[in-house]
Amino acid sequence: MTNIFKSAQEMSSALVAKEVSAVDLANEHFDRIEKVDGDVHAFLHLDKEGALAQARDVDAKRAAGEKLSPLAGVPLALKDVLTQKGIPTTCGSKMLENWRPPYDSTVVTRLKAAGVVILGKTNMDEFAMGSSTENSAYGPTHNPWDLSRIPGGSGGGSSAALAAFEAPLAIGTDTGGSIRQPAAVTGTVGVKPTYGAVSRYGLVAFSSSLDQAGPCARTVLDTALLHEVIAGHDPKDSSSINAPVPSVVAAAKKLDVKGMKIGVIKELGGDGFQKGVSERFNEALEELVKAGAEIVEVSCPNFEYALAAYYLIAPSEASSNLARFDSMRYGLRVGDDGSHGAEEVMSLTRQAGFGKEVKRRIILGTYALSSGYYDAYYGSAQKVRTLIMRDYEAAFAKADVLVSPTAPTTAFKIGEKADDPVAMYLNDIATIPVNMAGIGGMSLPCGLASEDNLPVGFQIMTPAMKDDLMYQVGGTLEAALNSKWGSPLMSQAPALGAK
Amino acid sequence: MALKYDDVVAKYEPTLGLEVHVELNTNTKMFCGCSTEFGAEPNTQTCPVCLGLPGSLPVVNEVAIESAIKIGLALNCSIAPFSRFARKNYFYPDMPKDYQISQYDEPICVNGYLDVEIDTDEGVKVFRVEIERVHMEEDTGKSLHVGGATGRIHGAEYSLLDYNRAGIPLMEIVTKMVPGTGKYAPQVARAYVTELRDILRSLGVSDVKMEQGSLRCDANVSLSPMGSGKLGTRSETKNVNSLRSVERAIHGEMIRQGNRLENGERIIQETRHFLEESGETRPGRSKETAEDYRYFQEPDLVPVAPDAGWIEEIRKTLPEKPSIHRKRLQEQWSVPDKEMAAMVNAELLDTVEATVNLGADPTKARSWWLGEVSRLANEKDVAPTELMTPAQVAEIIALIAAGELTDKLARHVVEGVVNGEGTPAQVIEKRGLKVVSDDSALMSAIEAAIAAQPDTAERVRSGNIPAAGALIGAVMKATGGQADAARVRELLLNHLGQGN
Ligand SMILES: [Zn+2]
Repeated sequence: MTNIFKSAQEMSSALVAKEVSAVDLANEHFDRIEKVDGDVHAFLHLDKEGALAQARDVDAKRAAGEKLSPLAGVPLALKDVLTQKGIPTTCGSKMLENWRPPYDSTVVTRLKAAGVVILGKTNMDEFAMGSSTENSAYGPTHNPWDLSRIPGGSGGGSSAALAAFEAPLAIGTDTGGSIRQPAAVTGTVGVKPTYGAVSRYGLVAFSSSLDQAGPCARTVLDTALLHEVIAGHDPKDSSSINAPVPSVVAAAKKLDVKGMKIGVIKELGGDGFQKGVSERFNEALEELVKAGAEIVEVSCPNFEYALAAYYLIAPSEASSNLARFDSMRYGLRVGDDGSHGAEEVMSLTRQAGFGKEVKRRIILGTYALSSGYYDAYYGSAQKVRTLIMRDYEAAFAKADVLVSPTAPTTAFKIGEKADDPVAMYLNDIATIPVNMAGIGGMSLPCGLASEDNLPVGFQIMTPAMKDDLMYQVGGTLEAALNSKWGSPLMSQAPALGAK
Repeated sequence: MALKYDDVVAKYEPTLGLEVHVELNTNTKMFCGCSTEFGAEPNTQTCPVCLGLPGSLPVVNEVAIESAIKIGLALNCSIAPFSRFARKNYFYPDMPKDYQISQYDEPICVNGYLDVEIDTDEGVKVFRVEIERVHMEEDTGKSLHVGGATGRIHGAEYSLLDYNRAGIPLMEIVTKMVPGTGKYAPQVARAYVTELRDILRSLGVSDVKMEQGSLRCDANVSLSPMGSGKLGTRSETKNVNSLRSVERAIHGEMIRQGNRLENGERIIQETRHFLEESGETRPGRSKETAEDYRYFQEPDLVPVAPDAGWIEEIRKTLPEKPSIHRKRLQEQWSVPDKEMAAMVNAELLDTVEATVNLGADPTKARSWWLGEVSRLANEKDVAPTELMTPAQVAEIIALIAAGELTDKLARHVVEGVVNGEGTPAQVIEKRGLKVVSDDSALMSAIEAAIAAQPDTAERVRSGNIPAAGALIGAVMKATGGQADAARVRELLLNHLGQGN
């Protein structure tokens, strides 16, 4: 049981050197999951059979001397919002409890083609709506750093699986921070690529104009390796970018930021940010200065409206995207006892199948799109979106990349904000503008907050289609911090599981 | 005292509005690769995209865009350099996503027109129907309600859903309000839909079969008191499924509205259904409040921005307009107006043209199709084109021209072909329907006739030519109708010394 604490890149080397087989590596991870997931609850479904078949296939190909992708045989945890043929895809909802999609998402197609071993599907806030994974219909996921705390959301299952060493790689999706905020509070790395960099085909939509799948791992290089597997043009997704994928792996290995201008966004710091978060963030900035970067301050005055605009656009699109869950073709059906008409069955099903937060957003979005209100709400929110893009444009004119703390606080207690949606929404104050502008963003760990000894996330934002820059800065910062600490932050994570 | 149609149009001025939905005949659906073929087993032409499965995404069919541009150009529209799709949100079981992807405030074609000719009391008059927009959308699936008396969802025991039609590209062609048609409103409506259908057919973008639903019409009409200049409240009659019904629906609706207004009753803005049997309309399900479709831009699709060069390329490939085509044929064939109109009304112009293109004489082609073939089709209650092909009719006309068939024999051949006895040649062979063209065989029949009726022969010899009819009749009878009557006459008169 020594391989699970390695990085994906190290596992890959061990596989290439035939020090371990893909089958053994998968089994080591399944053993680990068995040992710790009772406490963590990162997974909703395990696909041992499929994973081992894929691992055997990779081993056979390697034995036959076939050329394999760098991540062939490396295990991965898949957020339960992406379809995988024949494997349950619940989106954390009762609505899809028994749904097995008849098709693979493009992300899964690419993972399979690269020989990545998909261990199972990870927990999430229902339909990706939430910042704590408490909104899952299947119970919360626990933060491996402190099991009484949230692992972030919506992709808390993926981030917790990484932090608990249940998988070295994970796929998340990020609509307003669902990759980056969980990465921040679990001490892992998560990237929301430029909108359109990774195909959305097979990603069950929450808010189509904001949703973006992305790679998650424990190191910047691992994240880059996964990024290159899943990114690239897909004719099945009209919003997919038809251009070469930036060389993010090479960028992650550069370890050089000399002469780069790093813009600190004034509005994403100070009041409302936990003291320990600000301290670690500022220390990380110092490391970048030592590495030769120049820090400049930039202002994005319209970010003030980002949260409000987000909570109009995302629910509006969600109200339409989630309409299809009407019991007619798949998923839950309630009231089909011959005494109800189709309309009533639809209504009863939606009443029973959706959780509280999902209903809240559907109602909010339906209202915002209603005739007579559209201009005031959805229309205005779209204008704010344009203003946020302009803010970024102006800021990127002054700096190569922009930075901020990823989340205003470290992981909070499970249940602490469950009854206060606005407090919950504020978790994403620093991540939402990135989605609104369609640019790229990364979160990587920058230490533990002094008050609670919990991980703090450092966010790097880059202009659209320049995702390589965040890997370059992130890789450099990670190396500097690791050498300062003497080992990666994850080595300080508490041990899990009964002995 | 109820108003009749003539009373209504004397007191009120109608304003028309027509919305036509056309299913395109692209091989694949609007947003996925599924086949669009009509009549397949239910739910066999579906995929994650057109079933709206979670995670699936639409991708626009390029051919559908091209068809939309063709339609727009043929209807004199401007083609938007930039147009978008939106979502029209409403719940219905036959809508896989519970929203329809449709163009809303940014359609692909705008501001066109179509001129139609109407035979009025003052002669042929041109009415211009202005077109507001042509937009693209996807069709819904089909519901089949089982049990219950009405075949509608209410009272049904259960319903079956077929999503084969879901996602088939639809074009919606919407006119502006059409004022000034007066008592000709029903004819203008029909002529517009007819002309539109012919244009779409000539463009090759749709099967335009109203009975299969590939062309559907919603007809709006309102009345305002003559000279008031105030627009009345309109009603919308949905899914009128034949050209004749378009005319009847407007006619019926004008009488209904006229009588309501006359009685001081209000016209309710509502959807109505056309009743084929009575020619009247009945109200659809009344809605307490207007439906709010919560339109917003479809975030899964990028804008449609056709290249100006591409539009010009398409313009160059447009076929001759049906109206111009008709005028050209009428001139070439020297057909009087009335007969041209008859051919158009019988929907046989294309068929006659095809027959002429196979070498037949235009007049003969027209008279066979509108005559014998139409008569038989009427008897069988089918379309003439279901009985014979242009090639078969052309073959028969050629045989007559070559003297191998008489008109009378040819009718037997047609009957044989219609009864499924094979091609004209096979029918001739099987039934032995050849003209007796052997003069010596005819001569012996003539001699026999003279021998049987010596008195009649004598009258002819002495100059009473009409008397020859009886002898000719006898010869025709003796040859079983297979002789060429003109040749018999010629030989007979020569024989009796009356030739030259
Ligand atoms: Zn399909």
